[in-house]
Amino acid sequence: MKYIPTIGIECHVQLCTKTKLFSEVDNDARGKEPNSCVSPVDYALPGMLPRLNGEAIRLAILAGRAMNCKINASSRFDRKHYFYPDSPKGFQITQFYHPIIGEGYVDLPSGNRVRIEHAHLEGDAGKLTHFDTYSLVDLNRVDTPLIEIVSMPDIHSAKDAHDYCKALWRLMCFAGVTNGDLYNGNMRFDVNVSIAPEGSDKLGTRAEVKNLNSFRSVERAVEYEIKRQSKLLDAGEKVVQETRGWSDATGETTGQRSKEEAKDYRYMPEPDIPPINLTQEFIDAESAKLPLMPKDYREKFAGIIADDTLEVLLDYPSLMGKLGEVDTRYVKNLSNLFASVLLAEEKSAEYLNDLPTAMELSELCEMNDKKELSSTATKEVFLRLFDPQMKGRGAKNIAKELGLIQENDLGALEAIVDTVLAKPETKKAQEDYRNGEMKVIGFLVGQVMKESHGKANPSAVQEILKKKLA
Amino acid sequence: MKIANKTVTATQLVKDALDKAKHFADYNIFTYVNEEGALKKAAEIDAKIARGEEVGRLAGVPFAMKDNFLSPEGETTASAHILEGFTSPITATAIEKLEKEGAIMIGRTNMDAFAHGSSTENSYFGPTLNSHDRERVSGGSSGGSAVAVALDIVEFATGTDTGGSIRQPASFNGVYGLKPTYGTISRYGVVAMASSTDCVGFFTKTPDDMNLLMEVASGQDPKDLTTLPDYYNESEAKKVKKIGIIKDFDNESVDAEIRQALKTKCEDLKAKGCEIVELEMPALKYALAAYYIIVPAEIASNLSRYDGVRYGFRSEDSANLEDLYPNTRSEGFMPENKRRIMIGNFVLSSGFYDAYFLKAAKARTLIVNEYLEAFSKCDAILTPVAPNPAFKLGEKVNDPVSMYLEDVMSVPLNLAGVPGLTIPAGETASGLPIGLQLVGPRRSDKTLIEFSKELM
Repeated sequence: MKYIPTIGIECHVQLCTKTKLFSEVDNDARGKEPNSCVSPVDYALPGMLPRLNGEAIRLAILAGRAMNCKINASSRFDRKHYFYPDSPKGFQITQFYHPIIGEGYVDLPSGNRVRIEHAHLEGDAGKLTHFDTYSLVDLNRVDTPLIEIVSMPDIHSAKDAHDYCKALWRLMCFAGVTNGDLYNGNMRFDVNVSIAPEGSDKLGTRAEVKNLNSFRSVERAVEYEIKRQSKLLDAGEKVVQETRGWSDATGETTGQRSKEEAKDYRYMPEPDIPPINLTQEFIDAESAKLPLMPKDYREKFAGIIADDTLEVLLDYPSLMGKLGEVDTRYVKNLSNLFASVLLAEEKSAEYLNDLPTAMELSELCEMNDKKELSSTATKEVFLRLFDPQMKGRGAKNIAKELGLIQENDLGALEAIVDTVLAKPETKKAQEDYRNGEMKVIGFLVGQVMKESHGKANPSAVQEILKKKLA
Repeated sequence: MKIANKTVTATQLVKDALDKAKHFADYNIFTYVNEEGALKKAAEIDAKIARGEEVGRLAGVPFAMKDNFLSPEGETTASAHILEGFTSPITATAIEKLEKEGAIMIGRTNMDAFAHGSSTENSYFGPTLNSHDRERVSGGSSGGSAVAVALDIVEFATGTDTGGSIRQPASFNGVYGLKPTYGTISRYGVVAMASSTDCVGFFTKTPDDMNLLMEVASGQDPKDLTTLPDYYNESEAKKVKKIGIIKDFDNESVDAEIRQALKTKCEDLKAKGCEIVELEMPALKYALAAYYIIVPAEIASNLSRYDGVRYGFRSEDSANLEDLYPNTRSEGFMPENKRRIMIGNFVLSSGFYDAYFLKAAKARTLIVNEYLEAFSKCDAILTPVAPNPAFKLGEKVNDPVSMYLEDVMSVPLNLAGVPGLTIPAGETASGLPIGLQLVGPRRSDKTLIEFSKELM
C-alpha cells in the first residue's frame, strides 16, 4: 500500500550567551575541565535560587523573529521534574505553559511551509558518560540556555525533514543566537514520524527518534522509519508509540522505552522566577536588531552571485556577513574567492574562525579591479589575508612584500617592451608575427614578463606589443 | 539589646551566651554550638573597639541561627538526616548582612526537619523543650530559635516562616516573632521549604530590637528575584486606629484563655481610643486546605535535589542508581517529609493538577483579595496565633491532621504574603505563654512593630 508520512520535529538550540541561563558562570565550556563551569546554583546546593539571564531573553526574541514568530509579551517558567544525575535540581526549568515564542513558520526550498507551533526557553541538562561499572557526570552544560523549537506536523518527506533542519540551522546561525556547531551538540533534533494510508484523514501512530545531531542522520532516520513502519502496516501489525534511538553506524533506529510507561513530569509554575513581562517597545527594539537572513541575502545578491555559489555560501553566515559589508561592486569577485579558493583550502575551517576585515577584503578586490594584481596573485594574497602570521598587514602590504603588484605604468612597460624587442633572440618571433603568425605574441609577452620579473600586466603588454609590431 | 562597647566587650557577651547555652543544654536547643568561631569573631570586634575603629550596629551581639541558614560554620542540615555532613561554602544573604553589622552566630538551632512541623518533634535530633514547661513542645518549626531567645541565651534568633514557623513558637514561648511581608528579606542561602510562602524573620525580646534587625536584614537582593525593592527603611509607621477582629476565629475550637486574652487586649485598645471592627473573612476557611496543597507541591519539588548524588547523606548499600535514589531518600527523610513529598507529587501528577493545585491556586487568589478587602475596613487585624498554648510532647505526633490544624490561623498570611507579628499577651493560669498575632497589609511591617509597643 502507499503511505503518506507525516513528520513533526523538535529542535533544541543552545544559545551562545556569555553566562548561563540562571547563574553567572561561563556558558562556554569548550576546552574546559569537566565540572569547572558550575555555580552553586547549577550544582543545586540547598537554598540556591535561579537568576535570569537577560541576554537569553534577547536572543530568544531574535530566534523567534528569524522564524517569523510572534513574541509573547508575557511568559513564565515552569518546573519539569525527573530524577537523573544530569539534573542536579531534580527538575528542569522550562516554559511548559507560557512560552516566550509563539506561532510562526519556516519556508523550505521545496516551496513547502512548515509552521512553528511555539518555541520555549529552558535550561540544558548535564552530560553523563557511561563506563562498564560506573558513570561520570559533567555538569558544565547544566542550564546552558536552550530554545526548543516545536514544529507542526507539516513535513511529509525525508528530504523536507532534512531541509527543514538545515533551514533552522541557517536561521539560528544568521540570527547569531547559537554557535551552530552540530558536532558538539549546539543543535539537536527529535523527529516524530508516522505514516497513514494515502487518502486517509487520520494520522498514524508515531514513533519519536531522539537526539539526532546532523541533517543527514535526520534524513536517514526518517527514511528508515518510513520503511520500517510501512513494513509493519503491510504485514498487518501495529506501530508502537515509543521513543527510538538512531545509530549512524547501523543506519537503523531501535526502540528505547514506550510512551505508556512514560514519566509523569509533574509540571509546576517556577515560584522562584517571577513572570517575564516585556513591553512592545522592548520587543520591537530587540527585533530590529535581527541581522540579514538567508532570504534577505538571496534578494540582495540576486543576479550578482550565481545561485549555486550563493547556496554554498549560505552555509557560512560569517562569509555572507562579509559580503554584506563590502561594496557591491566587489561582491561577485569576493564570493568566488570565498567559494572556490577559501572553502577549497585545507585549513578553511580554521580560517573561518577569524576572518579578515571587510576593509582588507575590499582593498584586495580593488587591486584586482585596477589590475594591480593578476588573478593568480589575487588568490595568493587572498589566502595570505587569512594566514595567522600575516594577519592585519593588509592586502597592499602583503602584495608588495611578495612582489606581486603588476606594472601598469604604460611608459615603464613600453620601455621594457623596447628592451625586449631590441634583443636579438626575439627578432625571429617579431618577423614571424609580422608574417601573420599571430600566436608567437605569446612568446613575446612571456619574454616581457620575464624581463619585468613577473610584475607586468600581461594584457597591457600584449596591447603595447600589438601596437609596436603593427 | 546589649551591644559591645568600651565597657562591655563582645567577648564577654559571647561568653555569657555560650555559658547559658551550656546551662540549658538539656532543652536540646542547638544542633551546633559555634564556640571557637564566635569567640574569634568577638576578639576581632573587641580589637576594633580598642583601636577606636567603627563597629557595626550589632557589634558583638550574640545570636542563634535556625539550622536551615547556610553558612560555613557548622553543618547546615535543616535538622534533617539527609543533609548530614553538608558544610556550606556559602553564607545566606540575611546572615551576611547581620554579620556585617557585627552580630555573632553562637549556634545553629533545632527545628522540624526541613521546617515541616509545628512542634520541632520532627527533628532528626529530637524535640526542643518548651522554655516554660519542659513537658511541652517548643512549637515549630523554629522551636530552637524561640526557646534560645525566651531563655535569654541570645539577644535574638533567626527563623523562617512558611505557615507559622516563627509566629507559633514565638507565642508558645512568650517572645516577639515577625513573619515579614513576602520578599522583604532575601531567601538566598536558606534551605527552601515552599518558595512562594517562605519568609525569613526574627525572634526578639522587644519591638525595638525587631525594628533594628529589619533595618539591617531587609532589602532587594539580586540573588533572589522575589525580593521587593527596599521599602522597610523608607517607610514610616502609620498610626493604627481601627483594629479588625475575625469573627470566625472566635469559636469553641480556640482555647478559652486565648479568646479571653484577645478580648482583654481589645478592651485595652478601646480604652486607648481605638475602634474595633468585626470582619467577615469567609475565604479563610479554605486557607488550610489550599496551603496543604500548594506547600507540599513546592516541598516535593524543592526536596528533589536531595538525591545522595552530590552532597549530604547517601545510603550505603545501593547496587545501582535505581536503588540509590529510593534508599537514600527513604533513609534520609523524616516521616513528615515523606508525607508532604507524597501529597505534593500527588497533587501535581498528570490528571490531578487542575483538580488540586490549580484549584488551590485560585483559592489563594480569593484569600489575597479578602485581605485587601479587610484592610480597606481596618488598619490591622488582631487574632490568636494558634488555637491553643503549647501542647504536651508526643500529644499530636501520631495525628498529622490535628498537627496541621495548629496552623489554621497562621497559614492564611503566608498565602497572602502579608506580614504578621506575634506579641506576648500574658500567660494561662498554668503559666504557659499566650501570644497574639498582629496582621497588616503588605509592606506594613514597620507599622505593626511600632503599634505592638502600644500593646505591651
